[in-house]
Amino acid sequence: MAGITLTDLSFSYPSGQFRLHVDHLSVPAGSAFGLLGPSGTGKTTLLRLMAGLLPPQRGQITLGSTDLTTLSEVQRRAFRLSQVGLVFQDFALLDYLTVAENILLPQRFAGANATPTARTLAERLEIDRHWHKPTSQLSQGERQRVAIARALAHEPRFLFADEPTASLDTGRRDLVMDLLFECAARTSASLVVVTHDAALLPRFPQNARVEDLVP
Amino acid sequence: MIPAAFHLARCYVARHRAQSLLLAAALALVVALPLCLKVLGHAVEKVMRTRAQSTPLILGPRGSALDLMLKALYFKRQPLPELPAQHLREVRATQLAEAIPLDARFHAQGAPIIGTELEYFAFRRLQLAEGHMITRLGDCVLGARVARERGLGPGSSLFSSQEQVFDMAGVYPLKMRITGVLAPSGTADDDAVFVDLKTVWLISGAAHGHDDVAAQTDTVLKQETTNTVANASVRMYHEVTDKNLNTFHFHGAEDSYPLSAILVLPRDAKAEALLAGRYLKDSLPVQLIRPRDVFESLMSTLFQVERLVFIVLGVTLAAALAISALVFALSFRLRSREFRTLSDLGISPAALRLTRALEITLITTTALLLALLLTWAMQSQAETWVRWLLV
Repeated sequence: MAGITLTDLSFSYPSGQFRLHVDHLSVPAGSAFGLLGPSGTGKTTLLRLMAGLLPPQRGQITLGSTDLTTLSEVQRRAFRLSQVGLVFQDFALLDYLTVAENILLPQRFAGANATPTARTLAERLEIDRHWHKPTSQLSQGERQRVAIARALAHEPRFLFADEPTASLDTGRRDLVMDLLFECAARTSASLVVVTHDAALLPRFPQNARVEDLVP
Repeated sequence: MIPAAFHLARCYVARHRAQSLLLAAALALVVALPLCLKVLGHAVEKVMRTRAQSTPLILGPRGSALDLMLKALYFKRQPLPELPAQHLREVRATQLAEAIPLDARFHAQGAPIIGTELEYFAFRRLQLAEGHMITRLGDCVLGARVARERGLGPGSSLFSSQEQVFDMAGVYPLKMRITGVLAPSGTADDDAVFVDLKTVWLISGAAHGHDDVAAQTDTVLKQETTNTVANASVRMYHEVTDKNLNTFHFHGAEDSYPLSAILVLPRDAKAEALLAGRYLKDSLPVQLIRPRDVFESLMSTLFQVERLVFIVLGVTLAAALAISALVFALSFRLRSREFRTLSDLGISPAALRLTRALEITLITTTALLLALLLTWAMQSQAETWVRWLLV
């Protein structure tokens, strides 16, 4: 099954100060890809392009059999809601919602019931005891795990995580990475993780430094 | 999409309930104010119109016609000059009208004591709910609300209030015997205590009862032809009983005894016109007013004021709506990061717009419900408040 493929991809912000070009990148389905690099080199921008959050100026982004560049904005959103899981760098949780409501929110809008999966994930991530607590009352590490559970609750085919272990201690870092790998393997999802933690790179069968990708 | 958008909107409003409720309450107030004002206007009209229209003429001291009407029809505590009882005799002497005297100067437990004659009850079609009518000096019958709110009934008694505490020679409380309670009439009569006119004069000090001085000659300090001066050991009576009833007597000429007003019921239209002509002169110390004219004039003034207030409230409402729109816009701007996240997760712009619209709807619906609640509260209490304000 096809995973993620980038071909002749070009992107620049309107200010023109930052340009990104990728000739070719392919992440097979069910495989994990680690992207390393210092701040400001375009890791997050590349991740957002791959997830369909930013439209490129040129090139092709294919997730599975879907060419994102041919989709309208509305179609891209619908695709993300059903096929893509996202873990944001700043977690992007809604503080007025509880842990359960945050995890289930995207699926609620998709009209799906992901409660059993979400509950299992919460148990695995050790946040199930906070199930009915507003996320504003959680620690940074717990909030990050809620963000991860939200990304995994609908068992996406493509999983993108931006610094998913940045706020975690070593033990929990391994727990989270194990979970990401396990979920990706179980659903044959392609996993892309952006990290500045070089210690994580050996865990990825395929990895790259962003400066190697962007000429 | 709608259940999810509603859930998100409800969660936001519920988690920020203090701010949401404050905004809703502010909106509710500006919406409810004109409605409550309208309700109050209707209540004023309802409470006052029937009574004003059913009373042909009122004779009272010259001054504000409105004050006279409020005093004579609604027993409001208006400080009016006294009207000598001589005018009662004069109106009756014309044989053009029936005249019913009213004295509303005194109070008992906050309720006005209305000194009048039995004709008043027939004129107002007041029926007894229990007990019997006034039979002698010192008796009283209670309006329905006075009896209900104070838990009084036939057989119990009621003290008139000492109108002011500093005048030692002034009015002393009189213990009145309650003989009956009137059936509810939905008018100011429900809030009054009715006594015979002579009982009010007794309260005012124009009449009194005391130990028989002739039988206790040792108490007499000075004996004059028409007057006897006794020492302080002579007991004054503050309650009329069957035993001491005959000791009560009046001093001075009845013509000089004070009244508050006289209800004048002309025999026909011609008699009404003739009476009106008699009291036209500005130099007279009295005036004859037609309550329905005074009421219409009052309502016309009220409508003008109401119109002005509505304009002001309309502008206030527009300003409140504009400020609320600004509050919502600023709130959504502050939450732009949140909406971007939802957008990144794949939630459609339509769903996000719906979420915002539902938040506004939830708050405005709460505001409307609060406004309706306030209006309903005003509606259910309007007549009571109008009576309290005017009577």
